[in-house]
Amino acid sequence: MAAEGKVVMETLYLDNAATSFPKPDTVIAAMIAYQQNIGANPGRSGHGRSIEAGRIVFETREALARLFHIEDPLRIALTKNATESLNIALQGGLRPGDSVITSGMEHNSVMRPLRVLETRGVELSVVPCSPRGELEPDDVRKALRKNTRMVVLTHASNVTGTILPVEAVGALLRDRPEVMFCVDAAQTAGALPIDVEKMRIDLLAFTGHKSLFGPQGTGGLYIREGLENKISSLMMGGTGSRSEFEQQPEFMPDRYESGTPNTIGIAGLCAGVSFVLEQTVETLRAREEELTSRFLSGLRDLRNDVLVYGPQDASRQTAVVSFNIKGVTASDAASYFEDNRGILCRPGLHCAPSAHRTIGTFPQGTVRFSLGFFNTQQDVDEACAALRELVKRKGNDRS
Amino acid sequence: MTTHNDCAVVLFESVSHALGAEKIIKGAGINCKLIHVPRHLSSDCGICLRFCADDRERVEALLQGKLHFFEIKFL
Repeated sequence: MAAEGKVVMETLYLDNAATSFPKPDTVIAAMIAYQQNIGANPGRSGHGRSIEAGRIVFETREALARLFHIEDPLRIALTKNATESLNIALQGGLRPGDSVITSGMEHNSVMRPLRVLETRGVELSVVPCSPRGELEPDDVRKALRKNTRMVVLTHASNVTGTILPVEAVGALLRDRPEVMFCVDAAQTAGALPIDVEKMRIDLLAFTGHKSLFGPQGTGGLYIREGLENKISSLMMGGTGSRSEFEQQPEFMPDRYESGTPNTIGIAGLCAGVSFVLEQTVETLRAREEELTSRFLSGLRDLRNDVLVYGPQDASRQTAVVSFNIKGVTASDAASYFEDNRGILCRPGLHCAPSAHRTIGTFPQGTVRFSLGFFNTQQDVDEACAALRELVKRKGNDRS
Repeated sequence: MTTHNDCAVVLFESVSHALGAEKIIKGAGINCKLIHVPRHLSSDCGICLRFCADDRERVEALLQGKLHFFEIKFL
């Protein structure tokens, strides 16, 4: 509807860490083209349009494999989001008596499955992080035990943007080949370079709808060769393969892909990943770093009134900035920004109580502004102006 | 109706593998087509890759070690 379009025009979207907006036009075009011209079920028949649908899915795996330096595209199972991928990795890969290590900056998509596993006899060790969300790799080494089965780490915090030392942790696990290294790349796939070989990642969980510019309902899990024998599937059903058997296939990717996939979403994801590959991660990163740096600099001018969390260094964080305005609750600030300046952001705990405990903002939470590739310097200046206005108004109220 | 007496097919464990193989074989300039698996070869609902029987050795060599397949059958 035209009215809805108008609302979009007048807002400033700063909630890209929740989901990126807008999407490249090619993403929307690919979804329309699939539904108008193909529309068939991939992998379920040999007719032309089913094969065409299958090609879209296959090309999506190939594009993702190129992006993450994965040799075999069939090592990627497509899922509905990073949460599903993490649940497969954690619930499918950990057994009673196993020990698992994670950090104090994790999202509930990691912590909730781990807390359930803990009640089933999995030992959980949470390595503390600094109040800025930084992890010391050596602390992970010290937490390793004989029965450690997995280390699961976020690549970057969704609360503070802090980038965790994934490569360094991967390096220290090289002499423990039996320990699976699972990385939650929900905030970083497409935003930061990821190389599963260089980082010694065994399991890479990612979402499609953030920095890969795909639609919601898309994501995936990379599983290193051989590990599919150790990670059970959470869902069983039709895969279009081995139909004569009532047992779930044990090979990649079918083992983890039961039921008709979200082909229209995957078509969009394919275009989104192609956009990332064309632009290059380095270019996207440079742009987000520049915008983040500008915003952090604007916040520094308000340091007497605004508390900023995280590294406060654009080179050490994603385009995510959490802050609190002294004397204003996070939710009041967010309401003010939307009602008076049309700024859309996210206040609260961001589904990450553990991370908020680490940075000292539990339970009140923070205001989070998360920038994206399509934001401009003017958007950042507008965000800073809105902050200055609220700080000033708060001062006037007090006097 | 065409007959496929001079054709062979590669059978795979999944459609993803068949699609991957098609890329490799087409990329080498060999004519091929993804078709329904003929009923007499398998009860599976999947697809297989049909090619000219003369290319059998090349097709096998191209896929060997690169992509897992079940077998090659003459039609």
